[in-house]
Amino acid sequence: MASKLLEKHQVLAERFQRMQSMGAVAVGPTNDQILSPTRAIINGRETILAGTNNYMGITFDEDCIAAGKKALDEFGTGTTGSRIANGSYALHTELEQELAQMLGRKHCIVFTTGYQANLGMIAGLAGPRDTVFLDADSHSSIYDGCTLSGAKLVRFRHNDAADLDKRLSRMEDDGGGRLVVVEGIYSMLGDRAPLDEFVEVKKKHGFELLVDEAHSFGVLGPNGRGLADEVGLDEHVDYVVGTFSKSVGAIGGYGAGNDPMFDMIRYASRPYMFTASPSPASVATSIAAIKRLQAEPERRERLQKNSARLYAGFSDLGLQLGCDVVSPVIAVTCPDEPSTIAMWNALMEAGVYVNIAVPPGTPNKTCLLRCSVSAAHTDADIDRIIELFGEVVATGVHLAKTA
Amino acid sequence: MDASDQSMFDEIVALLEPFNADKIALKPETDISADLKIDSVSVMDFVMEVEDKFDIDIPLNVLSDTRTIADLMGVVKERTNA
Repeated sequence: MASKLLEKHQVLAERFQRMQSMGAVAVGPTNDQILSPTRAIINGRETILAGTNNYMGITFDEDCIAAGKKALDEFGTGTTGSRIANGSYALHTELEQELAQMLGRKHCIVFTTGYQANLGMIAGLAGPRDTVFLDADSHSSIYDGCTLSGAKLVRFRHNDAADLDKRLSRMEDDGGGRLVVVEGIYSMLGDRAPLDEFVEVKKKHGFELLVDEAHSFGVLGPNGRGLADEVGLDEHVDYVVGTFSKSVGAIGGYGAGNDPMFDMIRYASRPYMFTASPSPASVATSIAAIKRLQAEPERRERLQKNSARLYAGFSDLGLQLGCDVVSPVIAVTCPDEPSTIAMWNALMEAGVYVNIAVPPGTPNKTCLLRCSVSAAHTDADIDRIIELFGEVVATGVHLAKTA
Repeated sequence: MDASDQSMFDEIVALLEPFNADKIALKPETDISADLKIDSVSVMDFVMEVEDKFDIDIPLNVLSDTRTIADLMGVVKERTNA
């Protein structure tokens, strides 16, 4: 007899049950009310948000909200179809032009979510005769984009240009294209790709390079374009991908590049073609936010200052952190899953929300309390987060192996 | 199993031991993911060790049909001879 389809998730169900029995609603607590980019009411309590990826603190910007309302009035609630089948709205094209200009790229395509941006770009670029080399710690959307592409997938050790070099050397030339995918800032530990080293390997082997700037767009670089902008290597990056759900405070994603054939991705890419285009309000708030980010580089400076303050505070507490550079993603390493949940519970109780991250969603089987810093945090907010972590650590709960 | 198969099996088992938390007995028919109860990322990490040990690439898309240690030995043989 055929097995029941959902049976296979029994292991997941047991794990979820275990986490719940420890009191954690860590896998997606409900925000009953959002008060500001840094405050919400959760379980009836006002909570400091330190796990939202709202890096620029732009979600309540008056201009963005006004632009969204205007778009709702003028274009309605949804586009009700894909751009290929139903056509584009003027707003979609405007957003693509605004982004292309900010990114210093000739072409830009907007996708409905950041996840789909990676799916659409990777599957639009690579095909079954090509090879994609991806960093071992890549986001799931990159893995899924690779799977969708049908390309041969070679995984190299995280941030290890020598390992990529070895794998490229080992592979014989099969006549197919070669795409290497890295990320500007890695979402779990906050570390960055050593782009200069990868560019050296690129010069040696001649592949095409895609950088996912999901967590670095708006955050890094003199123009806020991301890591490649920060380290002055934009010209060596063939394709960039990013999202509107973090620094832009909306939802959606983009891919950009200079190749004259770039726009063919629209007609070759299923995640672009077979889904509804982003809604008018979301596109309009994205345009307004991107203008804001360019006009207000002080947001970037504020974020950097806040990140440095939290990083220093956590270091002083003796916490083990995910990476050795200051980043808006600051991950505190915990010994195991039960202690991570215990500490997360205590922090929620104390009034600060961070993310729980556990394997297989994390590298090297680590259990993390992942914080993301916002430009909208005040010094007092950051100090309060440090203080609350300090209080929770002092109870020893993070060391308790309660399994 | 002939001597060269045995030696390959032993080498793969040695690489797999760090992932074998419950210390189950490893046999050619052991299902790497299901029997060792290891997640998808750990399987990929283990395969990376195998790639380096035998100096070959095992593309991830080959892995979907590779379940047991014997399956993996087949992939390693095929790719070392290629």
